[in-house]
Amino acid sequence: MAMINTRDILETIKMIEEEHLDIRTITMGISLRDLASDDIHTLCDKIYDKITRRAEKLVATGESIERELGIPIINKRISVTPIAMVGASTTALSYVPIAQALDRAAAATGVNFIGGFSALVQKGFAKGDEVLLNSIPEALTVTDKVCSSVNVASTKAGINLDAVSLMGHIIKATAEMTKDNQSMGCAKLVVFANAVDDNPFMAGAFHGIGEPETVLNVGVSGPGVVQSAIRRAGDCSIGEIAEIIKKTAFKITRMGQLVGSLASERLGVPFGIVDLSLAPTPAVGDSVARILEEVGLESCGCCGTTAILAMLNDAVKKGGVMASSNVGGLSGAFIPVSEDEGMIAAVRAGALSMEKLEAMTAVCSVGIDMVAVPGDTSAEVISGLIADEIAIGVVNTKTTAVRVIPAIGKGVGDSVEFGGLLGSAPIMPISTYSPAKFIHRGGRIPAPIHSLKN
Amino acid sequence: MRAVITVVGKDRTGIIAKLSDTLYRNNVNIQDISQNVMDDMFAMVMFVDITNCVVDFSQLSSELDKDGQSLGMKVHCMHEEIFDAMHRI
Repeated sequence: MAMINTRDILETIKMIEEEHLDIRTITMGISLRDLASDDIHTLCDKIYDKITRRAEKLVATGESIERELGIPIINKRISVTPIAMVGASTTALSYVPIAQALDRAAAATGVNFIGGFSALVQKGFAKGDEVLLNSIPEALTVTDKVCSSVNVASTKAGINLDAVSLMGHIIKATAEMTKDNQSMGCAKLVVFANAVDDNPFMAGAFHGIGEPETVLNVGVSGPGVVQSAIRRAGDCSIGEIAEIIKKTAFKITRMGQLVGSLASERLGVPFGIVDLSLAPTPAVGDSVARILEEVGLESCGCCGTTAILAMLNDAVKKGGVMASSNVGGLSGAFIPVSEDEGMIAAVRAGALSMEKLEAMTAVCSVGIDMVAVPGDTSAEVISGLIADEIAIGVVNTKTTAVRVIPAIGKGVGDSVEFGGLLGSAPIMPISTYSPAKFIHRGGRIPAPIHSLKN
Repeated sequence: MRAVITVVGKDRTGIIAKLSDTLYRNNVNIQDISQNVMDDMFAMVMFVDITNCVVDFSQLSSELDKDGQSLGMKVHCMHEEIFDAMHRI
């Protein structure tokens, strides 16, 4: 009977107690593809029934695993088939009732978010897609737990500029409709390029069309653990830092693999993937920006930031891949501004600009995430920001995204307070020169070539 | 089925007496105890067999947590699986 050594045991306890190691989310994906009705209210009832039946034990199972293993599982969530596909069977002109049914199902099952009020329009709009897009502002205003995402581009299809243009207006409208609540609706809305089918993280999770009937995906976290490990290493070369990050990522991921396999076994749902992302929170000691600074930057956002982030992102993947039977989702370091204490500080200090943030997204997941801009930013400027960010993903064959909050009634120097895991966003300046002519051209930017790679 | 109990804090008398009493009452068998000092902390690790434990795991865990509070120490009780997963390939 081999015993695990004391040092290893205490290391694990310390990671959990002092370094915020946790399972960030277990997310149950549920297919709604078998549900159809030409009457939207019948469809809503079917959706509510199916979700509450399938996810009935999700929260209780997560909580019992937390108690047994002594590992916090911060979020239990649900993702569903993109609603544009499900809603298309109806004759309805608004899918807001479906969003409300999802919200009720989320409340009944006890999850804190439900993702999938989504559409995939990278190549064009099918029946249901435009109805969904136009329902987003109201849907995110009248619900609490529903998250929405729209995939406007892919490496194989190119960029749907009509959708990019429309999303600029939808984001503005969502901000307006939720302006009494910090324009919160926009924090639950993501615009994607190359969206993944098995993402367990919100707001971008949906249950992709190639996924099984139900599936359980796990998102791990642990920026604090990585930062502490680098601090303990002291003076060493960047190669050694990469090794330390790999080893730490391995341990974190093994924990995700264990929790995921236990949960899937108990729920009788196939285990999908572990998402290897380093997901920060606004808590001190749980920041990706502070990892970059620990490696040797005066502040996140200074020259050198992109290089360290590239190394970090790569090392996390290399360490994590061996620790899990199936890796997927977004898998990389997240850099959401409002949700990361160090990022917030870097923006407040003037060290981190929108342009640097955009460069950083070229080497990590996911994109311009949880960034607040002045409330009077035009829809065309927001569409331009989306187009730039999405182009980075399309050309580099990776997922990129924009989750931007035009904070109505506020300007640079103010901030928006979302509270909880969504944190606090200082409003960042953005170029006000207009890309309107480009955005209004519409059509599709062709898919990029896959040879001549310079 | 085994669990790992860790006790971390400042050394004092009665730690083992208190915890082993709780374990005895719940029919939990102590298989191994080791002590260590790491980062200026006194740390004790116990491997226990919980197969015949008379209460459920969360109940045992909260009783041990209460013992820890009365001793002014931090007590954790976790299934062994988590450590196996993290520290063994």
